[in-house]
Amino acid sequence: MPEPTHTSPGTQGPAPVVRTKTSAYPIEHFVANVDETPVRATDSTVSDAAPRSLWGEAWRSLRKQPLFIISAVLILAVIFVALFPGVFTNEPPNENCLLENSDGGPVAGHPLGFTVQGCDILSRVVYGTQSSLTVGLFATLGVVLIGGLIGALAGFFGGWVDAILARIGDIFFALPLILGAIVVVQLPVFQQNRNVWTLVVILVTFGWPQIARITRAAVIEVRNADFVTAARSLGVSPLGALVKHVIPNALAPVIVIATISLGTFIVAESTLSFLGIGLPPDVMSWGNDIFSAKPSLRSNPMAIFWPGLALSITVLSFIMLGDALRDALDPKARKR
Amino acid sequence: MSHSTGHQTATPQPLLELRDLAITFSTSNGDVPAVRNAHLTVMPGETVAIVGESGSGKSTTALAAIGLLPANGRVSNGSIIFDGEDITHASEKRIVELRGSSIGMVPQDPMSNLNPVWKIGFQVRETLKANGLPSGPQDVAKVLAEAGLPDAASRANQYPHEFSGGMRQRALIAIGLSCRPRLLIADEPTSALDVTVQRQILDHLDTMTEELGTAVLLITHDLGLAAERAHKVIVMYKGQVVEAGPALKLLTNPRHPYTQKLVASAPSIASRRIESAKKAGVRTQDLLAPSVTATAALDRVIEVEDLTKVFKIRGSWGTSTDFTAVDKVSFSIARGTTTAVVGESGSGKSTVAKMVLGLEGATSGSIRFDGVDITTLGRKEMFDFRRRVQPIFQDPYGSLDPMYNIYRTIEEPLRVHGVGTAKMREKKVRELLDQVALPSAMMQRFPNELSGGQRQRVAIARALALDPEVVICDEAVSALDVLVQAQILNLLADLQSELGLSYLFITHDLAVVRQIADHVAVMEKGKLVEQGTTDQVFDNPTTAYTQALLAAIPGAALELPPEVA
Repeated sequence: MPEPTHTSPGTQGPAPVVRTKTSAYPIEHFVANVDETPVRATDSTVSDAAPRSLWGEAWRSLRKQPLFIISAVLILAVIFVALFPGVFTNEPPNENCLLENSDGGPVAGHPLGFTVQGCDILSRVVYGTQSSLTVGLFATLGVVLIGGLIGALAGFFGGWVDAILARIGDIFFALPLILGAIVVVQLPVFQQNRNVWTLVVILVTFGWPQIARITRAAVIEVRNADFVTAARSLGVSPLGALVKHVIPNALAPVIVIATISLGTFIVAESTLSFLGIGLPPDVMSWGNDIFSAKPSLRSNPMAIFWPGLALSITVLSFIMLGDALRDALDPKARKR
Repeated sequence: MSHSTGHQTATPQPLLELRDLAITFSTSNGDVPAVRNAHLTVMPGETVAIVGESGSGKSTTALAAIGLLPANGRVSNGSIIFDGEDITHASEKRIVELRGSSIGMVPQDPMSNLNPVWKIGFQVRETLKANGLPSGPQDVAKVLAEAGLPDAASRANQYPHEFSGGMRQRALIAIGLSCRPRLLIADEPTSALDVTVQRQILDHLDTMTEELGTAVLLITHDLGLAAERAHKVIVMYKGQVVEAGPALKLLTNPRHPYTQKLVASAPSIASRRIESAKKAGVRTQDLLAPSVTATAALDRVIEVEDLTKVFKIRGSWGTSTDFTAVDKVSFSIARGTTTAVVGESGSGKSTVAKMVLGLEGATSGSIRFDGVDITTLGRKEMFDFRRRVQPIFQDPYGSLDPMYNIYRTIEEPLRVHGVGTAKMREKKVRELLDQVALPSAMMQRFPNELSGGQRQRVAIARALALDPEVVICDEAVSALDVLVQAQILNLLADLQSELGLSYLFITHDLAVVRQIADHVAVMEKGKLVEQGTTDQVFDNPTTAYTQALLAAIPGAALELPPEVA
């Protein structure tokens, strides 16, 4: 055992001509076999694989994810149902409602039974898909456009633009969506035109600040990147840099949040319809059906179960899609 | 290597020995070997340096010795022997016992390795406690004082954010050495610090470990630094040890082709070689910069006069204090030459670059480009000015838009300025790629598929797209590995002589300056403290600051014979 106080000579005494340290122990000069450790050309990493972009890469990893496959198949199925309801049922949803069938169980031709009004449940669920999905998709689209625009401007320009836009966003953020919607729906203009589109407008009005915040944060992160400075010093205008470089790079988190909020907008539509202030009763929607099935919850739970199931599956698949997208577009995974 | 059983009669037992070590990482693409056949021996009290580029496996090897491999890494072959005990597959309990008390660690990044919510003293006490040592306030202060922290007792009550980078690294060294380990693993302990601070820290680490008899395993990318600080240097390349031996022997007589390349390229070594060669009166090939004649110096493409930038730092309640980032700086760049602005972090050198690029307004003073003051340019003139001055940035990972493929990246400046038709632009892009020695097949690739050096070449191609007269290189090679750095510097020098470019080189690395610059301007705290031709500044530095900077180049103490290479 060597003494712990051992010190090596070489750095003590007058400086030798060549000032490197010399050890007290003999040091062999080892050279690896050159054949075993070939020196490759410096800096050569061109892979032969086909070039891929961020999205290409994301798609490749998504394809292998069961979460993505399941949610994508479900969403495609839901969209198909919304577009072609006639394929799934021959029964018109609002006619042929006979009170004698009220709360009836499944019979031939009516596999899911009847609502309290004696309407075919399957038909109502199938036809309700369209309005629920429309509200979800268009509310999301509106939120992304408005929130994205405001968030991008606030994040990119900063200063007073940011201060004003962010405060406005905070005001809307502080209002609960449902509460705000209940108040706004009382306005005559909404009272007179209750349809899918007014509902979309209401949801967008109260939903945009969330996307605006996400976009703002993403834009702030990207706007200081060297490639934006490089573009600016090439002569690209500030708005040009925002549109061409900043927004495409800030999009990934926005898309993820958008898919997740799509689910919540469908739920919000149902909630508002359930509260009786969403879509008018003559428009088929899952929320309306859940609302109207409420009184007969004990006697005929199936009337509330089927639209509820459709709602849950749709929302769940959008949230799962958002989850899968978030993993695939994770910025940390971008660098290889 | 002494894993052979040759001379154990004379030699005591090695403190740390790695035998045929192989480390494998399991990734989603299968098992990836990170380290293969690594042999290494650290004798008690000896300093051993592992040198290698990023991805060479040098850190992985050292982390394996202390049992800190990431969760997906494992030792797949060979053994790790610490003081005669095989700890390759030792239990977690045993490894924890060894950590701190027998093997200490100084991590790389002083900014992220201290917990920001705890006081420095607490973090030292934690280490002492964990190893069952007395941990009263006076013990903590003693440990910190040993690491060279002035006024240690009161410093112990401060938070990490109140410390400068150098002080944080001292605190980390204090923690690493607090339990008197017999082996200290220092993973790039100073690469995040300014050169002068780096020197102080390494000097102090040297003295301390020598006093305590601690063996040091130093991991670094800088061959000059390794040669100066270690008894033994181990060169790793692509996960394998390619050469190992006494520091000087490796420098004067490198036998493996990779080591030869490394010795030829390392800036600190190269700049030493230039010095030696100049003393010996030899003209070397290392000087990348063409020599400037007096007549050429008259045509000044950029003249900066009394340039000042004052930032307002917002205080509470609307008050603001002035911070002068750049203070009356004057210099000029002669056409076709390279002027380097050198300084440590906070010297204002990058602010100067931003102002010359027209990205930041000047508070006062003037920047004349071809006789025209750019601080007064209108929008249209500014747009034209942008064609003639182009930047290259430090971080090749950040300076290319990840969503743009290489073709679009290089084409962008042409498109923005409406140069030529689509076909002509494509031809130009091919030419540019050829100029920076990249295959034109690369046009369809995206930045994330390229290595750091290749990205920097793309950035250079983009900067050259508009045929600029001046290129501003803001730390353009600092983030690259040594060999790649040498390649890029060569490329820049070739382009300069080919296209008659003028460079403004912003850097903290004097060793690089020695290789490439004709003129040097040294900045300290916003002021220009010294300027002159590179030879003047390096041979006869007049200010104490420049002298300190020069002395701090790693390997500055090495006396190399001029014909080394």
